[in-house]
Amino acid sequence: MRTQVLLWGAQRASAALLALCVLVHLATLVYAVQGGLSAAEILARTRGNLAWLAFYTVFVLAVSVHAPIGLRAVLGEWLGWRGRSCDAAVGLFAIVLCALGLRAVMAVFA
Amino acid sequence: MSTLRVRVRRGDAFEEFDVPRRESQTVLDVVTHIQRHLDPTLAYRYACRVGMCGSCAMTVNGAPRWTCRTHVDQVAQGDRLEIGPLRNLPVIRDLVTDMREFFDKWARAQGRFRGRSRRADDFARVAPASAARRLADAGIECIGCGVCYAACDVVAQNPAYLGPAALNRAWTLLNDARDAAQGERLRAVAGDAGCQACHTHLSCTERCPKAISPTAGIAGLKRATLAAALRGEL
Repeated sequence: MRTQVLLWGAQRASAALLALCVLVHLATLVYAVQGGLSAAEILARTRGNLAWLAFYTVFVLAVSVHAPIGLRAVLGEWLGWRGRSCDAAVGLFAIVLCALGLRAVMAVFA
Repeated sequence: MSTLRVRVRRGDAFEEFDVPRRESQTVLDVVTHIQRHLDPTLAYRYACRVGMCGSCAMTVNGAPRWTCRTHVDQVAQGDRLEIGPLRNLPVIRDLVTDMREFFDKWARAQGRFRGRSRRADDFARVAPASAARRLADAGIECIGCGVCYAACDVVAQNPAYLGPAALNRAWTLLNDARDAAQGERLRAVAGDAGCQACHTHLSCTERCPKAISPTAGIAGLKRATLAAALRGEL
């Protein structure tokens, strides 16, 4: 019961964080693409830059919290899949999402 | 005098009736005309006819409504009316639904007042202008008609969900300074089958015939349960 309420709280908090992250991400995208966009240009901006590393790490962590909790509700309501097996599956999904996201963040930093 | 073409849901099929249209005619008048003059086997439920008892709610042209206070002029599409039982509840016969699960959920949500004062105690003094009293006032006129429950898509997809009416009732009690079972109530309304399941679609608020916003109450419950969970009190 308490876990379910805390999950809801975590999804709300991560949503607030994501709203900010998506805004910054899109604004940067629009700004950066103006002179044409290339992989080299992106890497020149992100490589070794601790600020972008921190920003996208937070972004990935927020996604890894937010999306699986939402998916858990969708699976329950649309497929009737609830309980421990469902929680384990979305937990695994969270880990995969986090690992792939952080791998991508590291790829543009290092 | 024109004629209404009325399609009435009876089990798996619709049956059509022609009903004379009258001035200031309500949907309940139409159903009553069918039962009294055209087909006495039609089953439906009503009691007060003046919007107090919450017995006569049905699905009218696709939306749940209290039929005694819904004028045909407001809802008829041309001369057509389609009437069925409320959604999200088992149908007993024709337009009559089984409301047991609906009211059992009120009980599950700790929807009854639990006082702590004794006969010898003085009256509790609740300031009418206090914030909690105003919040309770906003939701207290519920007549238990089941319109919000039928309008709720979350109930349709998550049968364990307590639903807007039961949660609204819990919210009014949570704002009652005299009630002594708040911890138990918060535990009853928290989690996947409780207030956290609400997606804020606002269908209950749009359809409530008493202009209550169960959505607002549920949002209050979400905040109260989260605060209790963070304090380790759930």
